[in-house]
Amino acid sequence: MLKSIRTTLLCATLAGVSFVGHAHAETTLNALFMAQAAYSEADVRAMTEAFTKANPDVKVNLEFVPYEGLHDKTVLAQGSGGGYDVVLFDVIWPAEYASNKVLVDVTDRITGEMKSGVLPGAWTTVEYDGKRYGMPWILDTKYLFYNKEILEKAGIKAPPKTWDELAEQAKVIKDKGLLATPIAWSWSQAEAAICDYTTLVSAYGGKFIDGGKPAFTSGGGLDALNYMVTSYSSGLTNPNSKEFLEEDVRKVFQNGEAAFALNWTYMYNLANDPKESKVAGKVGVVPAPGVAGKSEVSAVNGSMGLGITSTSKNPDEAWKYIVYMTSQQTQNAYAKLSLPIWASSYEDASVTKGQEELIGAAKLGLAAMYPRPTTPKYQELSTALQQAIQEALLGQASAEDALKTAAENSGL
Amino acid sequence: MSGTWITTRAWLLMLPLLVVMIAVIGWPLVDTVRLSFTDARLVGTEGTFVGFDNYAKMLGGSNFLRAFVTTTWFAVVSVTAEMVIGVLAALLLNQQFRGRTALRALMILPWALPTVVNATLWRLIYNPEYGALNAALTQIGLIDSYRSWLGEPGSALTALIIADCWKNFPLVALIALAALQAVPRDITAASLVDGAGPFNRFRYVIMPYLAGPLLVALVLRTIEAFKVFDLIWVMTRGGPANSTRTLSILVYQEAFSFQRAGSGASLALIVTLLVTVLAVAYAGLVRKAAGAS
Repeated sequence: MLKSIRTTLLCATLAGVSFVGHAHAETTLNALFMAQAAYSEADVRAMTEAFTKANPDVKVNLEFVPYEGLHDKTVLAQGSGGGYDVVLFDVIWPAEYASNKVLVDVTDRITGEMKSGVLPGAWTTVEYDGKRYGMPWILDTKYLFYNKEILEKAGIKAPPKTWDELAEQAKVIKDKGLLATPIAWSWSQAEAAICDYTTLVSAYGGKFIDGGKPAFTSGGGLDALNYMVTSYSSGLTNPNSKEFLEEDVRKVFQNGEAAFALNWTYMYNLANDPKESKVAGKVGVVPAPGVAGKSEVSAVNGSMGLGITSTSKNPDEAWKYIVYMTSQQTQNAYAKLSLPIWASSYEDASVTKGQEELIGAAKLGLAAMYPRPTTPKYQELSTALQQAIQEALLGQASAEDALKTAAENSGL
Repeated sequence: MSGTWITTRAWLLMLPLLVVMIAVIGWPLVDTVRLSFTDARLVGTEGTFVGFDNYAKMLGGSNFLRAFVTTTWFAVVSVTAEMVIGVLAALLLNQQFRGRTALRALMILPWALPTVVNATLWRLIYNPEYGALNAALTQIGLIDSYRSWLGEPGSALTALIIADCWKNFPLVALIALAALQAVPRDITAASLVDGAGPFNRFRYVIMPYLAGPLLVALVLRTIEAFKVFDLIWVMTRGGPANSTRTLSILVYQEAFSFQRAGSGASLALIVTLLVTVLAVAYAGLVRKAAGAS
């Protein structure tokens, strides 16, 4: 028995040795991305293939998880000693990732060309405490999409400039019997709801945190939730919004069952694709509205970046890969799916062609991007706020009480 | 061959298994207990000793009590329904009729599906805009407008229970069917001759054969239902307004989303303790039943 164990161990050791022997020929990177619609899995694979063609000595293994699993998967891999070299991260995580040493500081790797070429607003995606933890890769904010045909039928000349106007226009559409519930949002108990809420907070000039303490229980934070509750209870908002994620919003909008919808960039070209959508060619897009006397437009920073994990044994190759993925050439080639981070791309005809309306909205929206709170305790705060939004929508608590409870549970 | 040599050899033969058991169960459990008394975070700090602080915090919060009630309700209702439906399905499939074999194979299908696939399918069925359930209920006139099944606290948990039953009743049915096959034909024939009605036949002739195996199924299902995570995570993530947040989801959020490994560990141990109590109580039941038959 013992002898056989020894033999087994010996075999295992030898197998291990031969493994190591092979690995010297080339570097293998493990990268974690998300499964989504903007840069789809196929797109990321195609970009990566182009990279490995140019760098034959580097191999990249790709893994895709849904957004809802991205944060926890990254943190768990880190907790168990690593596994990924490159990870996709959301704008809300650098604070936590930097404090817990999940990502390495790449401030010194960023060249002058990158510094001056990338849109200033995009950098906030990867910054915490004056340092940079990666490169912005998906530049994104939520826009107000509208169905041109329905607005025309309702006799509405121009899309809303303020949130109050949005409610008025939705009421006209409802009263004329064009749609029972004209507005669609993603208010499921998930991060998606916080993105919509943040857009409204930015419109009402609210603050999440002030002096390290929650500040959303009054002022803009409270106005934003009250707007959501009123829109929901008055029947202007599709009541199913409280279980919608972004993809549900897109389906409803594409079926012509919503006059207005708040969603990310990716919806524009998909909703205009006749193969995908019943409303192709009728899709209008403008920046999310403002509030009279407070803001012209509103926007949440929903961008994402690519960073190197602190457990990576190949940081140089990982950086090379990130530089390639975020390069102007790569970003321009896929600009129909996600708008480039590079300022000069917006003057490039090959990028703007066929999506002039979106580019017009992006110029205003991207410039107004409002960050979700940068705190290492973000996940707790977000979970507490998600609960508050749902309780207020369901009428289990007033907006004010729900937000007070959220402030108590926010961990701040 | 002396006795001691045989004992030693027995231990030697057991050694690999013992090593594996200690490595994959014993050590993590001990480490979890250690963690639960610290304020360690998931990444970074080792944490310092904080005594029973985590336990006090976890048990004292309103979250725990609510999640406990939600979990208990989920487990009791879904397991009861699974047992009843499972036994009825087994009785049906135990009859002689054409197509019985095909139906048996078909019945195993939901149980063979991965939970995540099952959860995704049910999400489609419950979809408030295009779901099959809304379409079906509207067509037969039970509801007059489409409902948001997973978006209302009143119906979300029930919707999850139905999805859980659909997946797990086949397991009970399989176990019950195997037990039914063991009932001697002459006894059932004799009871027919003696004029026992269907209910009495089930109660006095079939049930003694079913009781033991059914108890095993009951134990397995209760423990599993009490630990439910994946089904709920995929379908509602604990929403709407935390109405479907079970203990496992609470543990997951605490330990992984909020990265408080210490309090997450204490919560996990509390749940483990609850499940252990259940298992021990059941084991007593099973022994009793075994003794009775």
